[in-house]
Amino acid sequence: MKHIALGILGAAALGFTASAASAGTLDTVKQKGFIQCGVSTGLAGFSAPDDKGDWKGIDADFCRAVAAAVFGDATKVKFTPLSAKERFTALQSGEIDILSRNTTWTSNRDSALGLDFVGVTYYDGQGFMINAKKLPGVNSALQLSGAAVCVQSGTTTELNLADYFKKNKMEYNPVVFEKLEEVNAAYDAGRCDAYTTDQSGLYGIRLTLSSPADHVVLPEIISKEPLGPAVRQGDDQWAHIARWTYFALLNAEEAGVTQANVDEMKTSTDPNIQRLLGTEPDGKYGADLGLSNDFVVNIVKAVGNYGEMFERNVGSGSPLKIARGINALWTKGGLQYGPPIR
Amino acid sequence: MQEHDMSWVRTEMALAQPAPARERGAYAWVRKNLIGSVGDIILTVVGIAIVLWVLPQVVNWAFINAVWTGPDRTVCTTAAQGGIQPDGWTGACWAFVNAKFGQFMFGTYPIEERWRPILVAILFVALLVPMLIPRVPRKGLNALLLFVALPVVAFFLLVGGVFGLPHVETPRWGGLLVTLSLSFVGIAVSLPMGILLALGRRSKMPIIKWLCIVFIETVRGIPLITVLFFASVMLPLFLPEGVSFDKYLRALIGVSLFAAAYMAEVIRGGLQAIPKGQYEGADSLGLGYWQKMGLIVLPQALKLVIPGIVNTFIGMLKDTSLVLIISMFDLLGVVKQNFADPNWATPQTPKSGLIFAAFVFWLFCFAMSRYSMYTERRLDTGYRR
Repeated sequence: MKHIALGILGAAALGFTASAASAGTLDTVKQKGFIQCGVSTGLAGFSAPDDKGDWKGIDADFCRAVAAAVFGDATKVKFTPLSAKERFTALQSGEIDILSRNTTWTSNRDSALGLDFVGVTYYDGQGFMINAKKLPGVNSALQLSGAAVCVQSGTTTELNLADYFKKNKMEYNPVVFEKLEEVNAAYDAGRCDAYTTDQSGLYGIRLTLSSPADHVVLPEIISKEPLGPAVRQGDDQWAHIARWTYFALLNAEEAGVTQANVDEMKTSTDPNIQRLLGTEPDGKYGADLGLSNDFVVNIVKAVGNYGEMFERNVGSGSPLKIARGINALWTKGGLQYGPPIR
Repeated sequence: MQEHDMSWVRTEMALAQPAPARERGAYAWVRKNLIGSVGDIILTVVGIAIVLWVLPQVVNWAFINAVWTGPDRTVCTTAAQGGIQPDGWTGACWAFVNAKFGQFMFGTYPIEERWRPILVAILFVALLVPMLIPRVPRKGLNALLLFVALPVVAFFLLVGGVFGLPHVETPRWGGLLVTLSLSFVGIAVSLPMGILLALGRRSKMPIIKWLCIVFIETVRGIPLITVLFFASVMLPLFLPEGVSFDKYLRALIGVSLFAAAYMAEVIRGGLQAIPKGQYEGADSLGLGYWQKMGLIVLPQALKLVIPGIVNTFIGMLKDTSLVLIISMFDLLGVVKQNFADPNWATPQTPKSGLIFAAFVFWLFCFAMSRYSMYTERRLDTGYRR
C-alpha cells in the first residue's frame, strides 16, 4: 500500500517536474527575486530561529549561499519551515525551490520521489550517548548488552537500534516515547542507560541535560545518514547551481579562502584560487553555470567557507561543540571532497 | 370582655439578631469547613501538607531562583552545564521567554513591521471592550465595526501590499497573532453559520434539511487534523504548478467550518429545549418565520446554550494549536520551535516555555469563561439553573 502511494506521489511529482523543468527554476527565481528555501521546523545547529526570528544553522546557511551565488545577496532567501511529512510535496509542487532540511539521501528518495540530491553537507549517523558516571568503563556500544535504551517511537532510529542489537546478538530493553521532550526527560531522570538518535542530535540534547559533562557520545555509528539539500528532478541547471555552491564552499576551505580574507585572495596569483574566485583572465566558470564569474566570492563573503559554516553553526563556535570528524576535508582525513572548479 | 382574653398581635417585625457567636466568624468557618468530621480533618491535614510541600518549591522555582533577563543560555545553566549559576541551581528561565517574546507574539513577522499587528490588537480591544459592556450604547454600530470593518482593516494592515505597506506573507505570521486571528475569525464565522445550520437542520424543507445534515455530519465525522493534513500534503499535488492555496487560508477555512458544525449542534440543543407553545404562540400572533425565530425562539434558545457556545469557543482557541501539523506556528508551535535554538538549550528552557504558553492560553480561556458566566447571570430571566 505504501509503495502504491509512493508510486502515485512519484508519478504526480514527475508530471509536475516536467512542467517545472520547462519553466527553469533559475529564471523563475530570478524573476521573483528570492529563493524559497524549505527548512526544518527547528533542529539545533541545522535550522532554528534565533532571538530575532532569523533562521540559523548549516541548512539555513546553505540556502543563503545559493542566494549569494544567484543574486550576490545572501538576504534574498525566504524560509519555509516544513514538517518531515510535508517536505517532499513542498518541493515537488514548486512551493519551495530548494529543500535544505537535514534530509537523508537514500536511493528511494532520489529515484521514486522526483527529487535530486546535490551533495552531502553533513555526514551524520545514529549513535549512542551514555552517562559515564553511571556506567564507568563503557567506551563502546558493544558493551551495552542488557541496557535500557531511550528512543523516540516511529522513527527509523528505532528500527536501526533493533537491527544493531540483533546483529551483535545483544539483549536490550527499549524505553520508547512519542515526543522528543519526553525521551529527553526520561534519559535525564536516569530511566535508561543509553540514548540513541542521530549523533548531531545527541550533542544538542546533551545541552539540555542537568549535568552535560557526565555524558559521553560513544564512537560507534550504526547507520549512515548523509544529510544534504535536494532540488526538483529534471532541472539540471538548477541542480548544478546548488551542487556547485556546495563544492565552492568546500573548495574555498581547501584553498584557505575565508570570509575575512576573500578580498585579499582576489589578488592571489595561485591559478587554483584565481579559477575559484573567477579572477582568471578568461575563465568563465560561473557564467557556464548561469551565474556571475565571481559567484564564489559572493558565497564566501556571505557565509564563509564550509569550515567556517560548520564551526559557526555546530562546531566550536556554537554551544553544540560537535567535532569535525568525518565531516573534515579529505585532506584532513574526512569525507568532504570538492571536485575542482576548472 | 376579660383582660386575659386579649390576644396580642405583633405589629412590627422582630429585629434580626446576629447568629450565635459560635456560628460566626473565622472560627465557625474553619470548624464547619476544615475540621467538621474525622474525614474532614484528614483531608485538611493532607491538603495543607501538599500545599506546604509543593508551594515553596513552585515559588522558589518560578520566582525566587528564576532568571528574568539575559543574553543566552549561560544565565540559565549551572557551571557544570557551561553557565554561570551555582551547581544544583534550578529555576525558571524567563530570560528565554523574554528574549523570544516578540516571536511568541508575532512569529517571524518582520520586526520593523510589528507595529501593524500591534495596531490591529489595539483596534480590536478598543472595539471589543465597549461591545462586551452592556451599558455602552450603539451596539449595532459597534458590532458592524467589530465584525465587518475590523476584519477588512486588519486584513490590509496585516497582509500589506497596499498603501505603501510592505507585503508580509502569511508563513511569517506566527505566535499569538495566529492563535488569536484564527480563533477570532472562527468565532465570528461559526456563530451565524452555526445558527443557520441549526435552523436548516430543523427546517421542513427537505433539500435544505438534508444539505445541513450532510454538512454537519461530514464535518463532525472527520478529525480537523486530517483535513489540515490533507490540505497541506495532498492538495498541492493536484493543483497546477505555481497555484497554491495560502496555508493560513486553508487553516482559516478548516477551523471556521469545523467550529460552525459543532456550533450548529449546540444551538440545535437550545432550539429543542424551547416548548412548542412558544412556536405556536408566535404563529398565532401572525409572525413570519424569520420574525418568529429572531424575536421569540432564538433569544430564548441562545440564552439557554451560552455555556455550550462558550465551550465551543474555548475548544476552538485551543484547537488552533493543531495548525502545527501544516507547519504553521501558533503560540504553542513557536514556543516549541524555539526549544531547538542552541543558544537557549538548557534543562529549564522547555519547562519555562511551556508554562508561559499554558499561562497565556489559560488567561484567554479563563476570561472567556468568566464573561460567559456574567452573561448568563445577566440574561437569567426565568429558568434558574
